[in-house]
Amino acid sequence: MASPKYTIPGATPPPAGNAAANMAAAGVQPDSASGAAASDAGGMRTVNQVLAHSQAGAVMDELERDLIGLAPVKARIRDIAALLVIDKLRMNLGLQAQAPSLHMSFTGNPGTGKTTVALRMAEILHRLGYVRKGHLVAVTRDDLVGQYIGHTAPKTKEVLKKAMGGVLFIDEAYYLYRPDNERDYGQEAIEILLQVMENQRDDLVVILAGYKDRMDTFFRSNPGMSSRIAHHLDFPDYPQSDLLRIADRMLEQQNYRFGPGARAAFEEYIGYRIGQEHFANARSVRNALDRARLRQASRLFADRDRVFTPEDLTTIAEPDIRASRVFQIAAARSPDSTHTADPRHAD
Amino acid sequence: MMTNAVGRITQGQFSFLPDLTDAEIALQIEYGLRKGFAWSVEYTDDPHPRNTYWEMFGMPMFELKDSAGVMLELQNCRKTFPKHYIRLMAFDSTRNIESIAMSFIVNRPEKEPGFGLVRQESNGRTIRYTVHSYATDAPEGERDSG
Repeated sequence: MASPKYTIPGATPPPAGNAAANMAAAGVQPDSASGAAASDAGGMRTVNQVLAHSQAGAVMDELERDLIGLAPVKARIRDIAALLVIDKLRMNLGLQAQAPSLHMSFTGNPGTGKTTVALRMAEILHRLGYVRKGHLVAVTRDDLVGQYIGHTAPKTKEVLKKAMGGVLFIDEAYYLYRPDNERDYGQEAIEILLQVMENQRDDLVVILAGYKDRMDTFFRSNPGMSSRIAHHLDFPDYPQSDLLRIADRMLEQQNYRFGPGARAAFEEYIGYRIGQEHFANARSVRNALDRARLRQASRLFADRDRVFTPEDLTTIAEPDIRASRVFQIAAARSPDSTHTADPRHAD
Repeated sequence: MMTNAVGRITQGQFSFLPDLTDAEIALQIEYGLRKGFAWSVEYTDDPHPRNTYWEMFGMPMFELKDSAGVMLELQNCRKTFPKHYIRLMAFDSTRNIESIAMSFIVNRPEKEPGFGLVRQESNGRTIRYTVHSYATDAPEGERDSG
């Protein structure tokens, strides 16, 4: 070694280049994978060359495969991935690239996949190299807002520090702001949140989620929050065909399958259920399938002496689905009947 | 005889090296976090070697994943106490270890007054020796160790 790594304090000052090199080696990309990709990508000039070195392509394919529907969400993630690739190309040509603001707000009806996507988002952003650690910290109002004066700031800061390097997911974010109580501590949490969202943009990504109308009210009363969020994603309701595919996927994950006629019955079920009260998209589908599993279990349970084959244990039969109250209510509502049932617990 | 020719307090890790840059500090924090340590920030204006317990700047930070959180706390502490000694400590909570695993100074006053030798005459002309920190010559509120 020509020069020692460190100089003795009080001796001649270190050469200026040393400090700069240290900074570059240490600070820019601690993540080894993306760091390696960045250094390898030195001579690249085309999108394909960069894609071969980063995971952006794989992430996009996986997203397409794993999430059903959600076209606007997928489109936005594809844009973000594309920006990463183009930024790398720009960097190779010596053009300055600044990390984009990635704070997001997810709005949509119940069961449209807001939380599911948020969980995936942390991993996606990590693999795209936008966040360093890729963990997700999911919080609600209780985790951010304190009980008494002076309790909120440390509490919020602690959560923010835990989320650094990953994604902070604030579910039902509109509860943070309570307009009816002007001394509510939620406002304090919002202010700290805003400050960190602005100053530590490279360190964490904040995702706010909630139902559309209440989030709109929340943003109207906190314009600073709205303007600091670059991506306002609205999750549309699933069409009937997507719900059926979601049901297929859910059953497959739990090692179940539809028996003969059961899939058609479930399609019919979804058609009725959409029109009834408290319909919560994919969540209703999951609940319906859970109940069908319960019915399947008690149907099999009744056969005490039967030896079950794997098919028996994995098949949801048509009667398991037809037994749902949704069908009765739908029948009761049809014009030839005057009987009205209480649809509130119609699952 | 001067044992510390450069007039710098040497306590904890890296104290014979030049001050770590923020990037280097972040790397050390990352190392500790990978080991599962909990970092905390402490400060003092009395660097006496027997002053073991410095003032805590906030709570120890458990369950952190990234150095940015610790760095944020460190910058806050530097802003609040620019002329104090500030150190980072990593607590290892492993059963049967349960103690500080890393500790290093990350902020020093510009001028470090150092220590003087105090001789105390005792019974039968015995001399007792002790070390006195010049930084504590002024009362606590008026100490300007920088």
